Amino acid sequence: MQTNHLLTLFLGGLLLLGLVAFTLGRTKAARVRASGQAMYAQPDQYAWFTVIATAGPALLVGAVGAFLMLLLGAEIPTAYLLTVSLAVAAIGAAVGIRCVRPDFHARQAIERVIRWLLVSAALISIFTTFGILFSIVFEALRFFQMHSFWDFITGTVWNPGASFLAAAGRADEGGSAAQFGSVPLFAGTFMITAIAMLVAIPIGLLAAIYMAEFAPRRVRTLAKPTLEVLAGIPTVVYGFFAAITVAPIIVNLANAIGLDASYNNALAPGVVMGIMIIPFISSLSDDVINSVPDSMRQGSLALGMTKGETIRDVVIPAALPGIISASLLAVSRALGETMIVVMAAGMRPNLTANPLEDMTTVTVRIVAALTGDLEFESAETLSAFALGLVLFAVTLSLNLVSVLMIRRFRAKYRVNNL
Amino acid sequence: MSQSFDVISAQLKKRHRRSARLKWISMSALGLAGLFLVLFFADMLSKGLPAFQQAYVQVELEYNEDATRMGRAAMDPEVARLVSRTFERLIPGMIRNDPDLLGTSETRWVLANSQVDQYLKGHANKLRDNEREAVDELVEAGRMALRFNTTFFTRGDSKMAESAGILSAAVGTVLTMLVTLAISFPIGVMTAVYLEEFAPDNRLTQLIEININNLAAIPSILFGLLGLAIFIGFFGVPRSSPLVGGMTLALMTLPVIIIATRTALRSVPDSIRHAAFGVGCSRWQVVRDHVLPLAMPGIMTGSIIGLAQAMGETAPLIIVGMVAFIPDVSASFTQAATVLPAQIFTWAGEPERAFVEKTAGGILVLLSILIFLNASAVILRKKFERRW
Repeated sequence: MQTNHLLTLFLGGLLLLGLVAFTLGRTKAARVRASGQAMYAQPDQYAWFTVIATAGPALLVGAVGAFLMLLLGAEIPTAYLLTVSLAVAAIGAAVGIRCVRPDFHARQAIERVIRWLLVSAALISIFTTFGILFSIVFEALRFFQMHSFWDFITGTVWNPGASFLAAAGRADEGGSAAQFGSVPLFAGTFMITAIAMLVAIPIGLLAAIYMAEFAPRRVRTLAKPTLEVLAGIPTVVYGFFAAITVAPIIVNLANAIGLDASYNNALAPGVVMGIMIIPFISSLSDDVINSVPDSMRQGSLALGMTKGETIRDVVIPAALPGIISASLLAVSRALGETMIVVMAAGMRPNLTANPLEDMTTVTVRIVAALTGDLEFESAETLSAFALGLVLFAVTLSLNLVSVLMIRRFRAKYRVNNL
Repeated sequence: MSQSFDVISAQLKKRHRRSARLKWISMSALGLAGLFLVLFFADMLSKGLPAFQQAYVQVELEYNEDATRMGRAAMDPEVARLVSRTFERLIPGMIRNDPDLLGTSETRWVLANSQVDQYLKGHANKLRDNEREAVDELVEAGRMALRFNTTFFTRGDSKMAESAGILSAAVGTVLTMLVTLAISFPIGVMTAVYLEEFAPDNRLTQLIEININNLAAIPSILFGLLGLAIFIGFFGVPRSSPLVGGMTLALMTLPVIIIATRTALRSVPDSIRHAAFGVGCSRWQVVRDHVLPLAMPGIMTGSIIGLAQAMGETAPLIIVGMVAFIPDVSASFTQAATVLPAQIFTWAGEPERAFVEKTAGGILVLLSILIFLNASAVILRKKFERRW
């Protein structure tokens, strides 16, 4: 039997049984009530309880069965599983209907179930984090069994080259030996991130200062959402913009002043990524600057400071933890940004300090390793997970430091809306 | 006092100038950001608008015996060179489906090929000189013109630039977003309700909270790795399908919806809860009948914004294989499909010049949808904004 049919049969049967349970439970409760006995709950609540009693155990049996088959490879005939779970549903319905008695707290029972449902929903976000961690760590460990961790961290040559031949058992068929030294990838990533930050932090921060301190109310209410449009543009669009419009401009400019620039230069994705991040920094810094208590500004102005001096010597130092936090988050975002670099940066691992040359990044290599027709077992495919692991570790620590910074700021000035 | 009044007032002018300078610099920073925005939209419009027009040519079709094997034979060879190959390939099939056509002839407007199209739009093209003259003559005679490009909206992807469209990607986007919303909305709202209304303030709650904030800042490509390793590798969900794409995006959208829902729940004043408790509601009844309905506009706004974000996301979808070449509209959650951003990415990688405007055209469509979604979120918020 196909999974689709099985699922339809299972859910259909459950729906039918649930409907039957609902009507039976309701009529029984209504009858008891009509006989004039005082009941703890409404007929509808009893009816819903019988539905839960029907569906809950059956879904549990189905889930356990699916788990055993999918993950542990147990051989359970699907028809057998279907019958068992529907039988459990029928038993559950009978038990549920028996429970419809005047002294049964149906509402409390339902609410306990709902509470557990809510808790399990909240746990899904934790599972997601663990899912990311485990999926990356396990595959990365398999990679590190093939290639040494030390070479991966310190090697300066990234040349997955013929690793697919090794995966196919034809390692000795020529081609250079695969080398996985990630230093040039990280160098490229940090170069592009640095360019992005050189664009985004000054412009974003100054724009935030203007919006928070100088701008009339009208400009502020207009400028903030307009800037957020920049943040809402999909990164694939920025990638196209960087590759088609910005890169040729940079090449032409470089030629005009007698420099040689590659069309896949690191400057184009860096600058465009910086533009993308501007609203991120400006919006967060604007919130932070606004949360600095007004009494500090007024104290400074009362001492005879000019507005500019107040901003420079009082407001900005006070808001510094928040601004640093915003910048760290922005760095973490730039490190993990994929589409802009995939479309506009080069593919060639290149250890250079010249932003006009092409260089590649960690995310570009992850995409390159996973979009080919390679075996899932090959070292190149698995290397994507090793790179992902390092990316995860770096962005996670940046995020955590950033959260700590903003907490310190919040505790210092007792603001709640950050 | 070391500084006399005179010294201070002499410095004053300079200090005020410095203050004004900061104001101007910061203002121009904001202006620069705005300028980027204007430049970006101008660039996309100038590149993308031509995609909404396409060159069509009027041809006389003679459905003769040769045309059943090779569509080209049905046309005047002079004109046939200018017609799109995707149309030529249709002709034998047309005759096979409707044998009565054989021996008849008709005149109709058909797609011209992309080189002609680029020439008419004044872009670089590979037409030879005599072909250019032929095109000019046809235009002169009114038998060739740029018309509204319906193909772009009614067809799927194609390797021929002139007949490539966004329909299959649009359908894939809708299917993927349905999965995303169906998973992330209930789970997100339930999580937020638990954290705001039910949870005791203990270690577990704090862990969940920090974890959600952290998830919101994890690079999207790592979610792609999760989807690949767990959904495809472990659970065996079909690769490239809207199901796996939607599930991956749902996990990414979850934190956005949770954070927005919590803000919306928090803005419902406690007096409402107290009043409901006061008439004997249980905690769940308070949430279901009073707090959730009042917070719903805020929840909707947050969900729309989260959905718009997910709709523009490409990196995780590339990892789970949603960049396949999909010429046909897929009708199921488990078939291979592609989405608009992935289609844009595919087109951007095509070497042919004519695909640049297709890419930009697709971008304009995507941006219009996103701007519409975000604008409706803003309007929704304005409409239901309430001061307690």
